[in-house]
Amino acid sequence: MRPLSYARAIREAHAQLLASDPRVLVLGQGLWSPWYAGTSMQGLDKEFGRDRVIDSPVAENATTGAAVGAALAGMRPIVFHPRMDFMLLAVDPMINQAANWSYMFAGRVSVPVVFRAVINRGGEQGAQHSQALQAMFMHVPGLKVVMPSTAHDAKGLLIAAVQDDNPVLYIDDRWLYEAQGDVPEAMYATPIGEAAVRRRGRDVTIVATSYMAAEAHKAVAVLEQQGIEPELIDLRSIKLWDRDAVFASVARTGRLIVADGGWQTAGVAAEVIAAVACEIFDALRAPAVRICLPDAPAPVSRAVERAYYVGADELVAAAVKMIAR
Amino acid sequence: MYRTMVRIRLFEERVAQLVEGGEVRTPCHLYIGQEAIAAGVCAALDDRDYVWGGHRSHGHYLAKGGDLQAMMAEIFGRTTGCSGGRGGSMHLVAPEVGILGTVPLVAATIPLAVGAAMAAKLRRDRRVSVAFFGDGATEEGHFHESLNFASLYRLPAIFVCENNFYASHMGLFERRVADNIVSAADTAGAVGCRLDGNDVEAVFAAARDAIERARNGGGPTLLECRTYRWRGHVGPSWDMDVGVQRKDELPEWLPKDPIARARRRLLEAGLPEDECQAIERDAAEEIETAVTFARQSPVPGEDEITKHIWASTQSRVRP
Repeated sequence: MRPLSYARAIREAHAQLLASDPRVLVLGQGLWSPWYAGTSMQGLDKEFGRDRVIDSPVAENATTGAAVGAALAGMRPIVFHPRMDFMLLAVDPMINQAANWSYMFAGRVSVPVVFRAVINRGGEQGAQHSQALQAMFMHVPGLKVVMPSTAHDAKGLLIAAVQDDNPVLYIDDRWLYEAQGDVPEAMYATPIGEAAVRRRGRDVTIVATSYMAAEAHKAVAVLEQQGIEPELIDLRSIKLWDRDAVFASVARTGRLIVADGGWQTAGVAAEVIAAVACEIFDALRAPAVRICLPDAPAPVSRAVERAYYVGADELVAAAVKMIAR
Repeated sequence: MYRTMVRIRLFEERVAQLVEGGEVRTPCHLYIGQEAIAAGVCAALDDRDYVWGGHRSHGHYLAKGGDLQAMMAEIFGRTTGCSGGRGGSMHLVAPEVGILGTVPLVAATIPLAVGAAMAAKLRRDRRVSVAFFGDGATEEGHFHESLNFASLYRLPAIFVCENNFYASHMGLFERRVADNIVSAADTAGAVGCRLDGNDVEAVFAAARDAIERARNGGGPTLLECRTYRWRGHVGPSWDMDVGVQRKDELPEWLPKDPIARARRRLLEAGLPEDECQAIERDAAEEIETAVTFARQSPVPGEDEITKHIWASTQSRVRP
């Protein structure tokens, strides 16, 4: 175990996967460039060869479809989309094809492909370089979706995703790339579908995904100073998500806040709260709260961006208000 | 190849009857009139090579060696079908002979075929991967992106366009200005070849050349095989009413029947008439046996709804 950045942990997962399994290949735009993937792919093309680490043409659809076809033919490809927005050009191979394949063909074939999408927002980039679209993909049967928030899970979930026989959408967040964490040197898989309880507490359950889980850590520190004991659950996987961990926590605290970096309507938070309301409604002592982006595209101007992107402050305010109720 | 074409034709005619009789309800897009393309291309392939298709793929499945009974049962929606009764006519699979799936989203399997070719190239296993698609698919971005991708990396992929001049109800010139599908190959730096898709020997020869080139690292080929869809876009009707143009065209194409042409050549080459008849009789018997098998097979239970959403075991397809 030694400290490693989130981006370096992603790189290490790639390197270990490429070294240990000849079926693994990586393809997508920007893989040979210093710009698109930060340090998360640095030098892998030189280490493993450009026939296995392929900086593809500007063709999201063909590239993603080719990865799906290679997976069907027995490989373990990872397709890289340096911005999630651009991945929308490849939704057919992801949803119509990969997610349906096992079902349509009665399990006779499977699609062990990983779609890696980066949320890369802020910096006055505006509406088409900033989207966090995890909820759209969470809707689809047959497609797993994971969103690591720590360096440890960034490595472990990528390895788990590649080892999984199903299509997995792996979403990492550029805002977390420099976050440091303890990462084992050995190869390990973080189980998909298992949440991590980051802090035990009795007053309120905070369920958070990806960057919002990092923000929730900051919120927890502030709440502790105010004598509030929050329980923090980092969801890690949003499809399949850990209903048992969330239900068990809400049953104890009676209060639920869900924080997700996507839009509010029909989002991850909506799904988690709907499940709690349907399954353990009586456990709730207060209305649940969603901390998400407003239902508006990302603005450009920095002044407006600051208001648009929610974080620890909103979480603290929501928790205090809920407990005072 | 004659046997393959006859099996496809009689299979399709039998399916047409079953649809008309109401016994088969899954949408069936019949391949009648286009048989020479599947038969010619697949005769030039090995068992290990990959074949990908679309909504009109009964012919590709049979030509590549898919089990006829399992396809008939699939069309009946029975558990003994090649896709366990979950696919119907439009979702066929036969991994044992390199068919990893046919699906009806237009052009969708073209990039998948390219991906399988990429896998073959990385493994150096000398397989080739063939995408069958219609003229409509060449209007999709999938097609152009994939052709460029395959050409750039010199992948062993063969793009077989079955140009039957119709995408559903729309004629070729209602969808594009020029009759120039094959020129997409030039743009992508691939080899392009236009040929008579109703001449099974011409298709075989062109496919053999393309496959040999692909196996030897020469990259992809686009084969534009010109043919004609005798029946409607979907279902058994002759589909004469979609436009005046079609009414004039069909009588021109019927005499170009690929099976009649192949039969004439076989007889001219000295094959006795009764051998041709034996092939036809055997195929008809095989198809009737398959219909009986399908009718006697169980239908899936309601508990099937949530099965196989997730892969439960290691991928069954091994390199």
